[in-house]
Amino acid sequence: MAFTAQKMPWWADGILLPILNLCAAFVVSGLVVLAMGESPIEVLSLLIEGAFGFEEGISYTFYYATNFIFTGLAVSLAFHAGHFNIGGEGQAMIGGLGLTFAVFLVGDFSPVVSVLAAIVGSALFGAAWAYIPAYLQAKRGSHIVITTIMFNFIASALLAYFLVGPLQRPGGQMPESADFPEAASLMGIHELLAGIGINFEEGPMNVSLLIALVCAVGVWFLLWRTRFGYELRVVGQNPEAARFGGISVSKMTIMAMMISGALAGLMGLNELLGDQHRLVGGFTQGYGFVGIAVAFMGRNHPIGIVIASLLFGALYQGGSEIGFEISTITNDVIVMVQGLVILFAGAMPYLFKGMLAKIFALSRRNAVGEGETK
Amino acid sequence: MMEFLADLTLLADSTLRIATPLILAALAGLVAERGGVVDIGLEGKMLAAAFAAAAAAAVTGSPWPGLAAGIGASVALSLLHGYVSISQRGNQIVSGMAINIAVAGLAPTLANFWFQRGGQTPLLTDESRFSAISLPFADTLKDVPVLGALYSEIISGHNLITYMTVFLVPAVAWMLYKTRFGLRLRAVGENPEAVDTAGISVAALRYQAIIIAGILCGLAGTVLSTGLGAGFIRDMSAGKGFLALAAMIFGKWKPVPTLLACLLFGFVDALQGRLQGVSLPLIGEIPVQFTIMLPYVLTVIILAGFVGKIQAPRASGIPYEKDH
Repeated sequence: MAFTAQKMPWWADGILLPILNLCAAFVVSGLVVLAMGESPIEVLSLLIEGAFGFEEGISYTFYYATNFIFTGLAVSLAFHAGHFNIGGEGQAMIGGLGLTFAVFLVGDFSPVVSVLAAIVGSALFGAAWAYIPAYLQAKRGSHIVITTIMFNFIASALLAYFLVGPLQRPGGQMPESADFPEAASLMGIHELLAGIGINFEEGPMNVSLLIALVCAVGVWFLLWRTRFGYELRVVGQNPEAARFGGISVSKMTIMAMMISGALAGLMGLNELLGDQHRLVGGFTQGYGFVGIAVAFMGRNHPIGIVIASLLFGALYQGGSEIGFEISTITNDVIVMVQGLVILFAGAMPYLFKGMLAKIFALSRRNAVGEGETK
Repeated sequence: MMEFLADLTLLADSTLRIATPLILAALAGLVAERGGVVDIGLEGKMLAAAFAAAAAAAVTGSPWPGLAAGIGASVALSLLHGYVSISQRGNQIVSGMAINIAVAGLAPTLANFWFQRGGQTPLLTDESRFSAISLPFADTLKDVPVLGALYSEIISGHNLITYMTVFLVPAVAWMLYKTRFGLRLRAVGENPEAVDTAGISVAALRYQAIIIAGILCGLAGTVLSTGLGAGFIRDMSAGKGFLALAAMIFGKWKPVPTLLACLLFGFVDALQGRLQGVSLPLIGEIPVQFTIMLPYVLTVIILAGFVGKIQAPRASGIPYEKDH
């Protein structure tokens, strides 16, 4: 079966298709909501109201979106190299651990030093956690999907160990560290806006959002404007051709996974440095997995990923607001939507693509036919 | 010495218990991959089956409707995975992950909606689950040295699905190696072109493989919530679907080695349960977080230990296209 996808205009492939996939996921979720005796329309309007209806809600939407930009970029970078990194969750946890070590190490010296140390610490630890599965895949052929999943479980246990052991707040009972030094903090966007005279309600949205956007630009530049990125994509598209062309597939696998792990690790900046100001057990909350849905939804392109992140940010924030009104609609529903988005956007890209291509081929034929008769 | 023996008996007993869902799920993965479809979604199907089984058992008060519901849920997801992988020729790994994540959200949502217990099902009574079966003479033979203890402590006292599993391993092996269907199934995982040339439908065979996998995985999930446990708990599959896949790879896609790999995983998991809070000579007490890691670390070591020896079914994971 030949798909005439290439003959579709760019907007059909890049915009219409993701929207159709998203709609399909929404329709199925709507049916589940309907089966639970609630009105999908009411749920949707509560969701939009919760996500964008008031300034604090907007702040939370962008705050969640920041996490998803980091983890989405992480999944997509590995995917461009032909690997499915499901370990974003664990890489973010260990990244958070690295961030914590780094900020306590530099102490209260200066905010700039603290933030730089946090960036280096989280990226390094995230990359290191991705290095082991990557090495095992490249050199020993161990299935990276299974090893990264295992590393999520191991990371979670390791984090728990540190938080009830060496890193636990002195005298505390909760699985959390002591508060970070005063200097280790990222400015809220509302403070930044206040600086230029705009009044915006206080919220968790912070400067990490800007760092995430810089990362998105960086990933774009790396993938499409450098030799390294070109080689990485060749490895992902056709490892045989890459090997023939003199590119070391195992080296690219390891490099791509390490950058991917570093990006996932940076998620801690937003959660820990931007909001919590301490290391908390389970702070990743499954955001590493959201990255998978975000990457497919955004068609593995940084611009798409930023847009998809915003969408999922809205889903998370709006979703948690729905819980207050309708007790049966919890964040679990949002997890289900995530799975459905991965199913439609990631696993069945041809479902609507084939259909769309036919429609476009048909309309083109009609147009040509009309032209001939005239 | 007696205490050590008693410990060992307990360990062997819980190894069998814990290995049951792993063996069933690994067999499911094995049948699917032998037929050329990679099934990363075992985890999600197991979770769905565990939920459906516990919910049906809780409502009806009997484990049998639970078994039917568990298998039904798992087969339905199998068919979805089959539609994506076989008919749509989509990415099988991505489809499996999508199923895992969607179920992780859907199961607690439905549990919360039906039972209002924060995403769990009610605790099942002994009548509504597959509880321990005492084999004949287990009590009378208990005092016979060694053999009697072996029989009454280790072999007797498991649930029905565990006993079924004992027969299912040779049954799957027989199906794969001794029947015409099994021959075709293995062929479609190695060389679908040849099967197609012989005039046999590749898609039909793969759908059959994935349905068998669905049934086996449904049993795995059912035993989790109605055999080993007494109800559905959020995320109760806890990576077992992935451990099963690792066991299958370790077992080189063959039933008996896969069984042994699952028993090894079961043993390590049982051991980690026993090690919690125990002070070991020289090392001292191991923090509980490290004992919890054991099965996962073992998986990584096992997967890493194979260099160049792995030979997956050649066409596994590759969609079949007739006209290329």
